Amino acid sequence: MNIVLRLAWRNLWRHSRRTWLTIGAMVFSNILLVFMISLQFGMYGLMIDNTLQVFSGHMQVQAPDYKDDQKMRQVVEDVQPLAARLRGELQSETIAARGWAFGLASSEERSYGIGIYGVEPVFEANVSNIPGLIGQGRYLEQNDAAEIVIGATLARNLRIRVGDELTLLGSGLDGSFAAAVLNVVGIFNSGIKEIDRNIAEMPLGMFQDMFFMDGAGHQVVILAPDLDQAEMLQARVEEIVSDNNELVVQGWDALQPGLKQAIQADMSSAFFMYGILVILVAFSVLNTQLMSVLERTHEFGIVMALGLKPGRLGRLVMLETAMMGLIGMLLGAMAGALFTTWFTVNGFSYPGMEEMVANFNLPGRVYPRATLLTMFAGPLVVFVFTLAAAAYPALRLQRLHPIEAMRTL
Amino acid sequence: MSAVRCINLCKTYRQGDQDIKALDHLSVEIEKGEFVCLMSPSGGGKTTLLNAIGGLDIPDSGEVWIADERIDQMSKGQLADLRLANIGFVFQAYNLIPVLTAQENVEFVMQVKGVPAGQRREKSFAILEEVGLKGLESRRPAEMSGGQQQRVAVARAIVSRPELVLADEPTANLDSKTSAELMELFTELNEHHNTTFVIATHDQRVQAYAKRLVRMLDGRIVDDIKQNAA
Amino acid sequence: MHMFFVLSRLAWRYLWRNHRRTVVMLSAIAVGTWAMIFMTALTRGMVDQMIVDGISVIPGHVQIHDPDYLDDPSVYNRVALSDTELTARFHDAGFVAWASRVRVPAVVTSERESRGVTLLGIDPQAERSFSFVDYDAVEGRFLDGADDKGVVLGAKLADTLETRVGKRVVLMSQDPDNEIADRGFRVVGLFHAEIEVTEESYAFIGKRTAQDMLRIGDTVTEVVFVGDDYRDVEPLVANVMGRVDDSVQVSRWTEVDTYLGTMMGMMDGFMLIWVIVIFLALSFGLVNTLVMAVFERIREIGLMLALGMKPASVLGQIIIESMMLLAVGLLIGDVLAWATIKPLEGGIDISVVAKGMEMFGASSMLYPNLSIDDVILANMVVMILGFLASLSPAWRASRYEPVEAITKV
Repeated sequence: MNIVLRLAWRNLWRHSRRTWLTIGAMVFSNILLVFMISLQFGMYGLMIDNTLQVFSGHMQVQAPDYKDDQKMRQVVEDVQPLAARLRGELQSETIAARGWAFGLASSEERSYGIGIYGVEPVFEANVSNIPGLIGQGRYLEQNDAAEIVIGATLARNLRIRVGDELTLLGSGLDGSFAAAVLNVVGIFNSGIKEIDRNIAEMPLGMFQDMFFMDGAGHQVVILAPDLDQAEMLQARVEEIVSDNNELVVQGWDALQPGLKQAIQADMSSAFFMYGILVILVAFSVLNTQLMSVLERTHEFGIVMALGLKPGRLGRLVMLETAMMGLIGMLLGAMAGALFTTWFTVNGFSYPGMEEMVANFNLPGRVYPRATLLTMFAGPLVVFVFTLAAAAYPALRLQRLHPIEAMRTL
Repeated sequence: MSAVRCINLCKTYRQGDQDIKALDHLSVEIEKGEFVCLMSPSGGGKTTLLNAIGGLDIPDSGEVWIADERIDQMSKGQLADLRLANIGFVFQAYNLIPVLTAQENVEFVMQVKGVPAGQRREKSFAILEEVGLKGLESRRPAEMSGGQQQRVAVARAIVSRPELVLADEPTANLDSKTSAELMELFTELNEHHNTTFVIATHDQRVQAYAKRLVRMLDGRIVDDIKQNAA
Repeated sequence: MHMFFVLSRLAWRYLWRNHRRTVVMLSAIAVGTWAMIFMTALTRGMVDQMIVDGISVIPGHVQIHDPDYLDDPSVYNRVALSDTELTARFHDAGFVAWASRVRVPAVVTSERESRGVTLLGIDPQAERSFSFVDYDAVEGRFLDGADDKGVVLGAKLADTLETRVGKRVVLMSQDPDNEIADRGFRVVGLFHAEIEVTEESYAFIGKRTAQDMLRIGDTVTEVVFVGDDYRDVEPLVANVMGRVDDSVQVSRWTEVDTYLGTMMGMMDGFMLIWVIVIFLALSFGLVNTLVMAVFERIREIGLMLALGMKPASVLGQIIIESMMLLAVGLLIGDVLAWATIKPLEGGIDISVVAKGMEMFGASSMLYPNLSIDDVILANMVVMILGFLASLSPAWRASRYEPVEAITKV
């Protein structure tokens, strides 16, 4: 076996420039693959986390059709006790109850229609970023206080400041007139246009009073420790509420269908590009190995005349290819990881990126990280295709006749 | 004025850790129309001398004159022009461009010189007939025997009527019958067109055709005999 | 010049001397070219569609507002010129289309629900040519004229409000004195839009009806203009600016929707990068092929040099060979691309990721756009870079000494 390895290795270096160029093609593609895959997965992860942590959480307990219709009367009964119960059974504090209503917010000078959320002041910060993004004033504290926090854009549009009063008008659960005058205690800035312009948060207790909710709400928001655990957690929550057919658990891909689909769409186009790169490398390898085999026809002829079977020769060629491919894979993975790491430190951005990714809750500068998976996913595929490409020249050897071969120059 | 004049040529090669004197203070003069054979055992320097005469290889020192032009100090470009215009080459092997037909091979040098297509065609057909290859104009080298290939090479070498034809071991890969035919051809051309022939060889049969034999050993001329050709 | 033909003939024949290698290389170039063009056509088609759709929602290529309006889009910040004045200035100005309209935030209330919308008081005839609503595809009917007393809602909004054609809703906004301005309207039509969120965001009423309801007399909040080419709006901007003074602010669509504007700019950049990446992946194989071809030909090169051909001609021959290889590969790739894109011109249905596409601002039908400029650019880049890549092997080929070359074993 050893001699075969040595032979294969030396054969590779008979034309060192050719071998290096082929390895070069692999390394080039691999660097790109490692970088792009690291970037991609980093960005997807960030996108999902950013979006879910802002407000919607990894899952929510809701009334069955609430997700699609968002009607006031599609309530979760006794929403605060339910949230408390879930906290107990799941041993987790990242669970909070909410209610939602549409209403008219008026300051002295302006009025706007907005979405009003009733939240649990103590727990809301565990499921949402917003309490942490208060720019002026403070967040809510008491569950029954006549207070409200609003987004920065809304504050500007209403021409209102911390300490001013805001009048809310809306329709209660029973259809009756709902109104309240609340003190603006804080203004938050999430950076997300829709949220800063359209949302206000008030204490759930006050909300339930104002809108005659009778202890009901619309959502129990649950944030998992991380994305990987969300599915498992969701299964447990479903179990807990399974006895109540007025409740369903909506996972994040149902709550934010655009998110998963946007990722899918992006992945499809990315895979297309990766596929092309891999195919081009495969062509390169095919070319090289084909030439390498053809130019050794004479010598193979001699070897076969001496008694070696063509199968052995085929394996030799595959071995050479595998060695070359291995070098390309390892060098490429490492170079790719290095290349990516430069961006881990310095960040990756391009002009216009900020506008482009704002829709996806991504910052204008990201810091991709190469993990073992992203480092080898691409190069491994390239390696496999490299071997596949060499199959044709290797198989051709099976049809070689010694005498004919030796006649070749 | 002689056709070729070499004065005190020296050329040394390094092989491994040894210095090999391919040309050692060698001087020789060749008149126009002569049919000269250079002989030496392998490595004796005949190919080096031929290359020096043909402007392919500049000696380390000494002078080389072709007609009244000194060529050992010419630029590569000038040498290329010289070879194009005045010298015909026949090598031991690989004389032809494999992707061109016999006719195209013969026309190659003329094409590079810019001779118009009509003229080229005429001349190439004529010369191919003269070397006995009428009918084989459209064949590629791979479709011809060794002897036929050499004839095409000769045709190419002489088609534009050069002053000087240099041949390096032209019969090395040919059987005796074909060798003889080739040498007959050379002799005929030499006598009809007064072309100067310098042939490097260690083939005894070739020597018989030469009118002047120059023997070399270790880069020096050891013998220079005029003889009557067969 | 004749040398060119000599060399070209040689180059062509040498290409086909080793036809397997040439076929492999041609295939690689063809695949690479196909990928370049295919991807570009799809992306350009998507972006073009996005921009056209986006512009129709803005709407228009250029807009006029009160300088404070974009910051504070309320009825308080109306265009300083009266509607009559505007008509006088713009009516014969040679615009492809223009219209003045009233745009204010409002609340629409049905029997059951309320929602916030952007209320648009328009002159339907003036907007017909550029509106994102297809007047003929409206359920019920669209508005008759600027005096129409009805309202047209998006189908999704009507769903959420649990209302339909024929029923009444109340529209509520505020007048310039911050007094509530509300009125009852009969729903006369429901419109559909490519992007669902558009259906939820807009409600249309007649312009004069709006002016009446909001008590703003003969004034409007914005004026929109449509020109010939959204890619170059400067002539349009100049035309508009020539007819107004500093009392109003003139905005290009790229300034109103920076995401779209950025998209348009990035498109060409992305495409160029993709082309270059593919070329680089191909270049390893290309250089390898040339190097191998030259290596096989050392003796013949020596022969040609010995016969008197100039080194520059050898260089030229290799370069011509490389260019021919690229040209044929490009041609095949171009034809392949055209053949695969043509049948898809009817559109590719990607509604499976519709919601995701909405996040991008794109619709669920992908229409490839095969632009001749893109094809030319891709071909040019490959030819030029290919020329550069072949310089090295060609240069080395021309540097051979005839003696060395001929005597090489």
